[in-house]
Amino acid sequence: MFAKTFGVASLLALSLAVPALAQEVNIYTTREPGLIQPILDAFTAETGVTVNTVFLENGLIERVQAEGESSPADILMTVDFGALIDLVNAGVTQPVQSDVLEEAIPAALRDADGNWFALSGRARVVYAAKDLALDSITYEQLADEEWKGRLCIRSGQHPYNTAMFAAYMAKHGEEASKTWLEGIKANQARAAAGGDRDGARDIAAGICDIAVANSYYYGLMTSGAGGEEQKAWADEVKVILPTFEGGGTLVNVSGAAVAAHAPNRDEAVQLLEYLASEEAQKLYAEANFEHPVNASADVHPIIGEIGELNVDSMALTEILPFRQRASELVDEVNFDTFEN
Amino acid sequence: MTVSAFSSQARQRSLPITIWTATALAVAAFVLLPVATIALISLADTGTLWSHVVAHVLPQAVWNTVVLLLGTGVLAISIGTGAAWLVTAYDFRGRGFVEWALLLPLAVPTYIMAYAYLDVLSPLGPFQGAIRWLLGYSSPREFRLPDIRSMWGAILVFGFVLYPYVYLTVRAMFLTQAANYVEVSRTLGVSRNLVFWRVALPLARPAIAVGAALALMEVLNDVGAVQFLGVRTLTASVYTTWIVRADLAGAAQIAMSMLVFVTALVLFERVARRNQRYASSAQRSRSMPPEQLRGPKALLVFALSLFPILVGFLGPAIYLIVAAVHRLEFAGFSPALLRAAINTVSASALATVIILILGFLLPYAARMRPGQGTPIAARVATLGYAVPGTVLAIGILIPVAAFDRTLDAWLRANLGWSSGLLLLGSGAALIYAYTARFLAIAVGGVEAGLSRLPLSFDHAARTLGQGPGGMLRHVHLPLTRPALTAAGLLVFVDCMKELPATLLLRPLNFESLSTLLYGEAARGTYEDAAIAALMIVAIGILPVILLARSGSAARR
Repeated sequence: MFAKTFGVASLLALSLAVPALAQEVNIYTTREPGLIQPILDAFTAETGVTVNTVFLENGLIERVQAEGESSPADILMTVDFGALIDLVNAGVTQPVQSDVLEEAIPAALRDADGNWFALSGRARVVYAAKDLALDSITYEQLADEEWKGRLCIRSGQHPYNTAMFAAYMAKHGEEASKTWLEGIKANQARAAAGGDRDGARDIAAGICDIAVANSYYYGLMTSGAGGEEQKAWADEVKVILPTFEGGGTLVNVSGAAVAAHAPNRDEAVQLLEYLASEEAQKLYAEANFEHPVNASADVHPIIGEIGELNVDSMALTEILPFRQRASELVDEVNFDTFEN
Repeated sequence: MTVSAFSSQARQRSLPITIWTATALAVAAFVLLPVATIALISLADTGTLWSHVVAHVLPQAVWNTVVLLLGTGVLAISIGTGAAWLVTAYDFRGRGFVEWALLLPLAVPTYIMAYAYLDVLSPLGPFQGAIRWLLGYSSPREFRLPDIRSMWGAILVFGFVLYPYVYLTVRAMFLTQAANYVEVSRTLGVSRNLVFWRVALPLARPAIAVGAALALMEVLNDVGAVQFLGVRTLTASVYTTWIVRADLAGAAQIAMSMLVFVTALVLFERVARRNQRYASSAQRSRSMPPEQLRGPKALLVFALSLFPILVGFLGPAIYLIVAAVHRLEFAGFSPALLRAAINTVSASALATVIILILGFLLPYAARMRPGQGTPIAARVATLGYAVPGTVLAIGILIPVAAFDRTLDAWLRANLGWSSGLLLLGSGAALIYAYTARFLAIAVGGVEAGLSRLPLSFDHAARTLGQGPGGMLRHVHLPLTRPALTAAGLLVFVDCMKELPATLLLRPLNFESLSTLLYGEAARGTYEDAAIAALMIVAIGILPVILLARSGSAARR
């Protein structure tokens, strides 16, 4: 009886999950939608178009491919430029021609054919203990002996890190990259695990002196958005914008594409245009401390205070060919096994 | 007249059995489909990837996985068997409580356990804070304990959260089977301690094997906890290969190797004890009378059996309560949580009912008609449990979506009406995933339950004029009810905790507690996540208590 009642309730609950036929747009995202929920709500308030989301951390491409022409997906959203290009290569996107998008997003941050558009930027930065006498650092120096047993970093196989390693390889070649990765591994103060915020926590805990992390996490922590505890971690660190020798800071992106079989293509383009607008870009900066891609929107003051961002001149597409090999190198140097 | 009556009687006898066989094979095929899909994917050419994997990924990952499995296995078996012995061989103050409370860690997902301990044992956490205070240090820079993000940390976390699988099966065995043997040994002058090592432990071997297998499959399936704890296992490598290198075929290859490895292990254990028989006699089995303990001895045994509960449940539960209360003060209770809770409970309950029906059918078919491939069908149906959840989810996604697309295209062409994605859009794919994954638990439980019923019961029932249906209704179902109940509750809790398949296969706007929790964790709002985690644990406690009670009923 118990089971039967719940069986019926479950069918009801499941059928409620099927979206109604009102004007709507469906997002498949590898990025937790809660992060951009305020922006989506603003879009719905302005246009009356309902936004449905499903957060698929892994397997977004497989799901869209498997669903084929019956897929309800209109917009595919992801982080990391490599993942955006994976979408194109898997054939699950379609080209979009929009003057609004071309106006709002610099050419380097979108596909020439309109298959994907970057919507926000995030710098790969260094958190350092507040009392540490350190004002600047290069990515190259992360491997210096000086930091032996003093550096915290998440798994070398995480896209945020493989993108950084690939950029290094694009600049310095494979041999030098391997030596560099071995150096960083030797500098690890603990296993390469967890997330970027753990770097701040472990600095506060005295486990390490520097940590590699994304810029916006600092904003999320120090603003109190992540709770009191995280604010306390952020209070113990300062953010340094590292650069490549003779270059600038690595900035990765989050972005979106219109799905190949989007049933609501017009609404999808409408939403993309909204996400690139000054209004939404301000929300990206305010709610999530990311770097807007639309030049007319400003970064959040907390991120602005870190310092002037000098974006590395190498195009993300130039880095792309090295991603696979970088990920293999991570295995070859056994980056994720803590041996110090 | 007589001839036709006779032949109709013969048909009656053979027909249901044929149906049993056909159904068993159909169910096995249904569960095999995702595994076969993965096998097909793994056949694709992955270029130089495999040689890279063999040279640079497998050595480390296999070593880590083996060490983790061995460590967790030894720990879970020691705690589970030891605790089961303490609560069945002795009677002491507080036994009634620890007896069911020892099951509570079942309600805690491994990734929550890992996260809780990472936080509690961090140099900034309360535990090290207290130690520093005691020793007179003011900052973690002056003194701190070794970091839990390590192999030993992972073994401790997994061992203490997964031992209930062993405890559950071994205690049931001690309760129902041990009495006669123990009493005989005691009569022959063996001390109570020696009885444990010489009689109870060897007798419990099938139960230990079943329980440990369930626990170790959980370890193999885990991605979250090892990610937090920095242990690079095979499953973690499957993820890397698939996600970072966008190589599903390579990931499928590693997953298939794992499947072969696990199957070989299970077969090995079965072969190793093929010459031993464990069926009890047709006499009513009794539990042994426990020895009364008093004074310090009783206190010691109580403390010993309390310890795993403290580490495996109370620790993380208190942590979650503190974090959740903090969050509730800050942001209140979100209605999304309630919706997610309803989704979780209803999807899990529906899946549990289906899994129980199928999980009874397979071993029952094997009993009714051994031969005709029915025992193999039962084995095949348990393969899904040995494949990591996400990979299994891909194996379900592809055929289910193909069905949905074909149906949709046909309807559009012939009726001008679109069904959309029928199975994926309705959540049916989710139920399918739970079934393929957790059917092994039900099959294992029912198999064990049925194997304790001697065939003489069946013969007696048939002699007394019962047909197959009557025998099922009046003999087998009532006698396997405890096993069915236990399997059902375990399956329900596991469905509730399931994450990777739920994440991949759920429809738009559908959140379960585990996906909600994961989403919050993914964006770093751990305190929000604490409420969802606490709800998983809280909802999980109820079936766990029922499970404990159904176990105790066997004692009476």
